[in-house]
Amino acid sequence: MTVTTEPALRTRRPPEPAARTRRRSLRPTLVGWSFILPNFLGFALLTLVPMVFGLALSFMDWSPWGDPEWVGFENFERMLRNSTFWIALWNTTYYAAGHIPLTMAVSLGLALLLNRTLAGLGFFRTAFFLPYVTSLVAVAVVWNMLFNPTSGPVNQFLQFAGVTDPPGWTSSTAWAMPAVIVASVWRDMGYYMVLFLAGLQTIPTELYEAARVDGANAWQRFRNITLPGLRPTTFFVLIMCTVASFKVFDLIVVMTDGGPGRATKVLSQLIYEEGIREGRFGLASAISLVLFLLVAGFTVIQFLLQRRQEDR
Amino acid sequence: MTANLTSTVTPKPDAVPNRGSAPPRPAIPARVRKVVHSALLTVLCLLVLVPFVWMISSSLKHDNQVFTVPTQWIPREFVWSNYVDIWTQIPMLAYLRNSAFLAITISFLQVITGSFAAYGFAKLRFPGRDWLFLAYLATIAVPWQAYMIPQYLIMEKLGLVNTHLSIILLQAFGAFGVFLMRQYYQSIPDELIEAARIDGLSEYRIWWRIMLPLSRPAIASLGLLTFVSTWNDYMGPFIYFTSNELWTVQLGLRSFVGQYDAAYAMIMTGSVISVLPVVLVFLLGQRQFIQGIATSGLKG
Repeated sequence: MTVTTEPALRTRRPPEPAARTRRRSLRPTLVGWSFILPNFLGFALLTLVPMVFGLALSFMDWSPWGDPEWVGFENFERMLRNSTFWIALWNTTYYAAGHIPLTMAVSLGLALLLNRTLAGLGFFRTAFFLPYVTSLVAVAVVWNMLFNPTSGPVNQFLQFAGVTDPPGWTSSTAWAMPAVIVASVWRDMGYYMVLFLAGLQTIPTELYEAARVDGANAWQRFRNITLPGLRPTTFFVLIMCTVASFKVFDLIVVMTDGGPGRATKVLSQLIYEEGIREGRFGLASAISLVLFLLVAGFTVIQFLLQRRQEDR
Repeated sequence: MTANLTSTVTPKPDAVPNRGSAPPRPAIPARVRKVVHSALLTVLCLLVLVPFVWMISSSLKHDNQVFTVPTQWIPREFVWSNYVDIWTQIPMLAYLRNSAFLAITISFLQVITGSFAAYGFAKLRFPGRDWLFLAYLATIAVPWQAYMIPQYLIMEKLGLVNTHLSIILLQAFGAFGVFLMRQYYQSIPDELIEAARIDGLSEYRIWWRIMLPLSRPAIASLGLLTFVSTWNDYMGPFIYFTSNELWTVQLGLRSFVGQYDAAYAMIMTGSVISVLPVVLVFLLGQRQFIQGIATSGLKG
């Protein structure tokens, strides 16, 4: 986020002399706002206002039937007493703990493999990226079939490889979440691979040549050149991946619908069920606030860690 | 340590003992490594494409041939009739039309309002500009689920729930478009705009006659990214569209799966049809698409 403010400062300087003569009039302000306004109206009404409204809503009793009233922390108390909330919180964390590191490792690995001159490079890149443009509904439906416990190809392969009792995947409470995670990593890796590739391209090749002259092996080059050079990209990918993990919804709703039982129920789904289906808007907003704080907390921690690493 | 370098070029006899008990390095010449590398990529690539192969091959089978032991990756008999029957089984055409209408309208609005606002943020100076942009930036990291409930209540007040307009309004004014276009506009030199101003062009004309034509690659990126994400969106339409005639292809497919969960072949046919348009759009505009992701990510 720090990088974006830098060009803004740079562009400020050149128009200065011309701008000075016009500074007195209101014109530049009006012209400036007129450009932003069409987008800003929609943005303010449907993003900024709901964000603030949502915060208020979590302290209110608001349903389609009665008049809204302030209830203090009652929604939060109800939320904490709700066992499904704790299960959903745990499942969301479980999903994030699997999805974030796996996606990052796989997409970085693919980017490293593709970051060189190679015949058919374009084809490989397209192939790895293709899952990302596939809709989540189709992804979920296909993986559900691949994971079919009795005759799906995944378990057939496992049995072929010598696993006598392969997991029941989406029909078992223990294996449903891993199945969802595999499908989600498959879908998302291409997107982050592109980000990593863009990051790798900013590392000067001379560094690698110099290291090779010094006799550094592949692992040493990776540790001492690639990883430090990728740090800004890794940071960005981590944040994007975290936000995406904590708000997972589509894939789970279509693949398992939160089941079996409540084994894959996540916070987003609970917000939808409590809020839009059941009309408990206050309670749902309280859960939303928890989701937001989770994401924000994680982002801030990452930000601080990143800064400390830079200082070193 | 220079031994390593020289040994790959000209294997001097004294270079080898330097490495102690390790076998001599030049054992893996560059060509062999290249072959191994390509082979590895090919295997990974095939692995990644398995779900697509399954999707297409199952869509050309009878329902009872989808799950066989061992899996038939190439159908014994090609059941093309699935691709004829699906249009009468479910209102597929109407779903596709709805999806296309939403994706095109939203992409168009996102590009227009996004680039318009981006010009204000990138090339004009006025009080409050930087604060406003910060507000845009900050919302990118907030998950939609965190404010979808109040948003829904606002839409309900406006009487827009269960209309296409709700999703259009929801997605056409995203911060992402402003962000991406601003990033690109900043690479266009200010001198160009200064010159146009001296020639007496108004800011609106500069945007229309200079910025828009110059930013064609960025427009293509944003348009494609928005098109694909709108086409694939499930949760938005799922919450807002209750009547069947508004449904997008994603909702239609999902409800089909729920109704006929054993119609495996037909479900895969529907999946192929729902995925095909975006894959085509992506393959045609691949360069802009990937460029768009890379720039929005690089400077995040």
